[in-house]
Amino acid sequence: MTQEILQDQDTASFEGMECVYERPGTLSEARFHYCPGCGHSVVHRVLMEVIEEMGIAENTIGVAPVGCSVFAYHYMNIDMQEAAHGRASAVATAVKRIHPDKFVFSYQGDGDLAAIGTAETIHTCNRGENILMVFINNAIYGMTGGQMAPTSLMGMKTSTSPAGRTQETAGFPLKIADMVALLPGVSYVTRQSVHTPNAVRQLKKALTKSFGWQKEGRGTCFIEVVSNCPSGWKMTPIQANKWLVDNMFPMYPPGDLKVPA
Amino acid sequence: MTVGDVRLMKGNEALAEAAIRAGCQAYFGYPITPQSEVLEYLADEGRKRGMIVLQAESEVASINMVYGAAGAGARVMTSSSSPGVSLMMEGISYIACAELPCLIVNVSRGGPGLGTIQPSQGDYFQSVKGGGHGDYRLIVLAPSSVQEMAGFVYDAFDLADRYRNPVMILADGALGQMMEKVEFPAYDPAAHAVPKPWATTGKPASRPANVITSLHMLAEQMEEVNHKLQAKYRLIEEHEVRYELLATDDADYLIVAFGLAARIAHRAVQVARAHGHRVGLIRPITLFPYPHAIIRSLAERMKGVLVVEMNAGQMVEDVRLAVEGRVPVKFYGRMGGVIPSPDEVAHAVEQMVGQTSDVSMEAH
Ligand SMILES: Cc1ncc(C[n+]2csc(CCOP(=O)(O)OP(=O)(O)O)c2C)c(N)n1
Ligand code: SF4
Repeated sequence: MTQEILQDQDTASFEGMECVYERPGTLSEARFHYCPGCGHSVVHRVLMEVIEEMGIAENTIGVAPVGCSVFAYHYMNIDMQEAAHGRASAVATAVKRIHPDKFVFSYQGDGDLAAIGTAETIHTCNRGENILMVFINNAIYGMTGGQMAPTSLMGMKTSTSPAGRTQETAGFPLKIADMVALLPGVSYVTRQSVHTPNAVRQLKKALTKSFGWQKEGRGTCFIEVVSNCPSGWKMTPIQANKWLVDNMFPMYPPGDLKVPA
Repeated sequence: MTVGDVRLMKGNEALAEAAIRAGCQAYFGYPITPQSEVLEYLADEGRKRGMIVLQAESEVASINMVYGAAGAGARVMTSSSSPGVSLMMEGISYIACAELPCLIVNVSRGGPGLGTIQPSQGDYFQSVKGGGHGDYRLIVLAPSSVQEMAGFVYDAFDLADRYRNPVMILADGALGQMMEKVEFPAYDPAAHAVPKPWATTGKPASRPANVITSLHMLAEQMEEVNHKLQAKYRLIEEHEVRYELLATDDADYLIVAFGLAARIAHRAVQVARAHGHRVGLIRPITLFPYPHAIIRSLAERMKGVLVVEMNAGQMVEDVRLAVEGRVPVKFYGRMGGVIPSPDEVAHAVEQMVGQTSDVSMEAH
């Protein structure tokens, strides 16, 4: 798998054409292993574009989770650490404490950040660690094959909620962005998405602002990306993005929850 | 050379003071008796002297912070006691696989479960045989005095850096809580600092990205990583075995004990000798790598071996492996936080002498 990932993209001939859009230097040449239409690949690219455009690649250290994006470090061509399941924000805390002059971000899915890692998430935010936490909410466990996540919607069918999520057996969807927005250590909480080009542009702005605030030492910035999982949701990418708008947004509405004073 | 300075201190405080002097840059920990003084001392003294000290939300967070800081190139440590160390096991396994140097201190207490806050050696298996998942080893140092609680810290950090391996100091609640004289040697952290070109410090254009990970998806790759780790562990076994001998030259009987139990056994040797029994003691200082070879060669000229531990009999398995049935190996232990007295141990020696003076003896 790794070898396959590391293989170069097939290169067609583009002789005589002007290059108007290319891979940022902060993205490696490894081919994404993500399923077609998966939000992870778009978020990876946007995050790396921002880091390149801000000229901070040499000063940025990232922390990858356990989840579908466990291999984030294959694609992000910067110094990275791969954390245990749920512990990315604890690892990022320590990296930032050791290198306070560097930009540090963690990148986690919903199982990672809002189930097994809830304690680390809350306490990293409550300490106001001066890092950026990127949270990919696809309401399912993608990597392990589509089990229910803390963020799965009511009635949502997954491999561990085959009849649909019910409150009696699984409680309610966890709105962890709303929770961390209550904490004084957190300066910026926003909910974004990558299902349209415009949404991608908005996410880029949010990422850029977050790194700016990190430089100013404003405390934790928390960006939730309401994302998809076409494979886990058993949909085509187009269906998944429509389902996201119709079902995810009512529970997880896009927009800023908290901005720095 | 500067003369080291001498103080009267608790074991936990001596260890913490040594960590500052050893140039430990960061400490992450969570309170638990009988080791909270480490965190308390560092939160005060450590911070004053420039150490990053963070009281984490749990031992799970602590050990993953240690992972992050070690991966970022820092000299870093955590400490806890038995239940807390159990919580760290997944993180320790990750650290071992990612080959991150760090110090983990277990001031252990009686278990299983919430157990007791009294001293115990019940975590020998967990410390020495793995504890977490997968084939990994910690270098395990077992102090038996407040002096060694301090002195082993320097060695632990240097070993961790030399082998890129987590090192554990396995102490117990008595060693952590008791006060003794301790002398701090002269130690210059800068002179001991090793380059860490693999650390995540921010990637300059001139080098490929540094990645700290324990993930190797292909079975063949993972096996390769395992081969590399095993080769390192063999190297450690070859070069880093440490032990102490007492009165073994003329001995007919050998006691094997580590840590606090060895201190008690030391006194028991004197009692038994006063009763006319020629008894000696070997104290393993490194529990991994274990001093198998010396125990085997000593056992060859003994009539019997007695293993004394503050547990139900854990290290005794390693002694039996070393002795390979050459002589009877007996065990005496107290559990659950009870400390055996020298007289009890001397009595166990006399029993062994009584049983093994018979020519037709069997391994116990
Ligand atoms: C301690 C531990 N428990 C369970 C797992 C198995 N596991 C791997 S990824 C994962 C869930 C990932 O889901 P999520 O964080 O939502 O990320 P996604 O794959 O959807 O991007 C689980 C349960 C593990 N690796 N470690
Ligand atoms: S399983 Fe889901 S989250 Fe994982 S790569 Fe595929 S679409 Fe993306």
